[in-house]
Amino acid sequence: MIRRTLGLVLAAALSSQAQAATEIEWWHAMGGELGEKVNAIADGFNKSQNEYLLKPVFKGNYTETMTAAVAAFRAHQQPHIVQVFEVGTASMMAAEGAVYPTWELMRDAGVTFDPNDYLSAVTGYYSSDDGKMLSMPFNSSTPVLYYNKTALDQVHAEPPKTWEEMGQVGQKLIDAGYKCGFTTGWQSWVQLENFSARHDQPFASNNNGFSGLDTELTFNGAAQVKHIDQLAQWQKSGIFSYGGRRSDSAPTFYSGECAMYMGSSASYAGVKNNAGFAFGVAPLPYWKSLIDTPKNTIIGGATLWTLRGHPQADYKGVAEFFNYLSSPAVQSDWHQFTGYLPITHAAADLTRQQGFYERNPGTDVAIRQMTAGQPSANSKGLRLGNFVQIRDIINEELETVWSGNSSAQEALDRAAERGNKLLRKFERSNG
Amino acid sequence: MSHTTLPVFRQRGLPWLLLLPQLTVTLLFFIWPAGQAVWQSFWMEDAFGLSTEFVGFDNYRQLLTDPAYYRSLWTTLIFSAGVTLLSMGLSLLLAAMADQVVRGARFYRNLLIWPYAVAPAIAGVLWLFLFHPTVGVLAYLLDCLGIDWNHFLRGDQALLLVVIAAAWKQISYNFLFFLAGLQAIPASLHEAAAIDGAGPLRRFYSITFPLLSPTTFFLLVVNLVYAFFDTFGIIHAVTQGGPGDTTTTLVYKVYRDGFIGLDLGGSAAQSVLLMLLVGALTVVQFRFIERKVQY
Amino acid sequence: MVENRRAVTLISHLILWFGVLLVLFPIWIAFVASSHSSEALLSGTVPLWPGDRLLLNYRQIFLGGGQSTLGVPLLRMLFNSLVMALGIAFGKILISVLAAYAVVFFRFRLRMLCFWLIFVTLMLPVEVRILPTFQVVADLGLLNSYTGLTLPLIASATATFLLRQFYLTLPPELLEAARVDGAGPIRFLFDILLPLSRTNLAALFVILFIYGWNQYLWPLLITTDESYYTIVMGVQRLLAVGDNEVQWNIVMPTTLLAMLPPVGVVLIMQRLFIKGLIETEK
Repeated sequence: MIRRTLGLVLAAALSSQAQAATEIEWWHAMGGELGEKVNAIADGFNKSQNEYLLKPVFKGNYTETMTAAVAAFRAHQQPHIVQVFEVGTASMMAAEGAVYPTWELMRDAGVTFDPNDYLSAVTGYYSSDDGKMLSMPFNSSTPVLYYNKTALDQVHAEPPKTWEEMGQVGQKLIDAGYKCGFTTGWQSWVQLENFSARHDQPFASNNNGFSGLDTELTFNGAAQVKHIDQLAQWQKSGIFSYGGRRSDSAPTFYSGECAMYMGSSASYAGVKNNAGFAFGVAPLPYWKSLIDTPKNTIIGGATLWTLRGHPQADYKGVAEFFNYLSSPAVQSDWHQFTGYLPITHAAADLTRQQGFYERNPGTDVAIRQMTAGQPSANSKGLRLGNFVQIRDIINEELETVWSGNSSAQEALDRAAERGNKLLRKFERSNG
Repeated sequence: MSHTTLPVFRQRGLPWLLLLPQLTVTLLFFIWPAGQAVWQSFWMEDAFGLSTEFVGFDNYRQLLTDPAYYRSLWTTLIFSAGVTLLSMGLSLLLAAMADQVVRGARFYRNLLIWPYAVAPAIAGVLWLFLFHPTVGVLAYLLDCLGIDWNHFLRGDQALLLVVIAAAWKQISYNFLFFLAGLQAIPASLHEAAAIDGAGPLRRFYSITFPLLSPTTFFLLVVNLVYAFFDTFGIIHAVTQGGPGDTTTTLVYKVYRDGFIGLDLGGSAAQSVLLMLLVGALTVVQFRFIERKVQY
Repeated sequence: MVENRRAVTLISHLILWFGVLLVLFPIWIAFVASSHSSEALLSGTVPLWPGDRLLLNYRQIFLGGGQSTLGVPLLRMLFNSLVMALGIAFGKILISVLAAYAVVFFRFRLRMLCFWLIFVTLMLPVEVRILPTFQVVADLGLLNSYTGLTLPLIASATATFLLRQFYLTLPPELLEAARVDGAGPIRFLFDILLPLSRTNLAALFVILFIYGWNQYLWPLLITTDESYYTIVMGVQRLLAVGDNEVQWNIVMPTTLLAMLPPVGVVLIMQRLFIKGLIETEK
């Protein structure tokens, strides 16, 4: 009896100790299976120490999560960590009093942190102009080319490395009776943003917006116009088929209608589950006539931003968590499970050692494509205010090209002009 | 006015005490925020509220020179007209039929009135499911008929879908009022016309419809107000204003620019313009109501 | 009658049945969907007849299902919706009974100003001034609370207006008689006015309950803590899965549950509902 009472008292004491752990809130936008993985990561962190209790909260999609965090900040109810998609980067960066830059956080908390451990192609997107890491990369992906092996074998073609080859392969497919050669998801991200990076063309002035707010959009340059114009011509012959702004066109690839699909590397699992044929992954094509060796592609996805306004002691916990998240074991597991890129060299190496890339051919295409060569000013990433709305504008204008209502030049000029207005507005409200 | 004829109590303090709860709530959650909206519409602010700048009428100027604002206005008009016509047309047809049948009118009424109780957002989800390009029954049916339905891609289809969902929900309301209006028309009028040899359709046009015009006018106003302001949930659940901004109505735009675009000044300016619009509408409605009460 | 009465009646019934089917069709499909597995719904052939997973799906939404995505049990969301609906209905009725009484039965300075101050709110739907209202509620520290969910929505003048219209139709003799009996204003309110407005209040309650239950944008904005999620916004949460597949076999039963209470109220209290509807919009 006494022993049991003692046990109860002990248990109570222990649990109250557990409750005394500092709670850290993490708002994220990962629903479904990814959400469960996020919970598992938080669980792992909570079990690894007992000073902090990390509480992940699903807040809906990316936009909703960011909006909720901003609204909460204004009401002084902000979480410690919020997951923000890459297009929200400029808004977060401009909010200097609201965000706690990662490099500063790690320094203040005294947690060992070496920026060189991270893949610069990933962190570059989220670093200040002088290379300091502002947020913690979490889920990053980059566009790749998925191809239907059966279809390409049938027309005796290799997956195209260049856009020139793409035209030829596409024509062969059409001649063989295919309805569509290739399609693309996320047209602005893949066919304009990554296109510009890969061909070392500026998407916007000021180093793509990295070095100032008075940025002007320059994606209506000759190279981009030529590319969009070519796509429009292919759209007429069926070599290219437009199927929607997000990943809406993926089903046309799954059904075998389109033989190739350009989409996010993180879609690997989805493609594997849905494609009823042998498929392969190849790097995004480039124009041989424009560049000899293509630059790296840029990323999409989201990072974790730390918000200010909590007791300093809490931030030690945030730093500990970021450290845990970056550890090779956690990172490589996340990378292998989701298809998102690993953020550290160590995680990539570990994954390779474990033989994951051999067992799943094509999964390393994204990381090789991203880490090939030194990123240039044009392939480091993009930092534009009101980018969500600018992408909407680009989508709208590109759709007028696909429907044949305007030429590539007209549409891109208009998109740049309309986008610049939004940039001015952003400059003014954040100046 | 009629209330001047009512005798009244003369206490001084008591009425204030009685009014206190309503006045407090009104001042706190209506007058104060409305004032805030006006105030905010003259400022430009960053998302986190860290820096603000007084810009005078700039937000309004930008709004009124922005083609997107006029597109949204146009979308709202088409949407409202669509909802009103579709819903009122169907309801009138059903009410006229229910008025015809001798037996079972109550039964039909019971089966027709409940969609009123369905939340707009829920109605949106139901119709989204029916027309969902990959899982929807109706999308599948349309596909069989050779119509390629994908409201995630096509703005015209997206608009049509939200119109259908919004009209569906409003059928019950219109039906009830039309039925009440129809039942108030004396049967003797119909009989007289029938003896004169007028067929049912003819009778409907020459007798029923004119006599129903006060109800019709009233429903027109109510339906327009409904389509303007009470359909946020439907749009948010079904299209979120997209694709592009093809289903972004004026009210949805306030939310979209304010909460998603984080452009507080621009959103506030839109709020103020909408308030003026509603104000004008209310004055019209109020006159109408007051007249109805007096006579 | 001149024309063939039977044919006309038949056609009328046919058209009415068409209308009924049109109105019921979405519910039927939702019900069917709630009885299939997620895979069956995504496989492409859309079922029109219920499957065998009905109980399983409902069990899942009550015992987990939504919880893993939303982090809040279904019953909790239903409870929150109930609190919100009842809070708004009772709150509105309470303040508007008092306010309408003051405006109609008393003469005092600034009466017309108060009248207009209250009725001006008729013209501002919550959607239109949503941002500043959010800020006020945030400043008052009412985010994530039942007060925050209900109080700001109590502030509309529709109920007050309705009661005012009703009071104005009462015969003046009523008050005279009460005066002769020596009844003061409070007694007059409780002994005479309230009993007389019983059916009006009940009708009002039905309409306000539906209004409160169906709120969407407001709870969506001011609840950042899942334990205050309402069922209507919970459905939307289930749809916001980003690039994942929507679990329709979970969404549909939740949708049906979300509409059950207000629809039930309408069907059970039909007479009051129709009265309420016709009066509130007069």
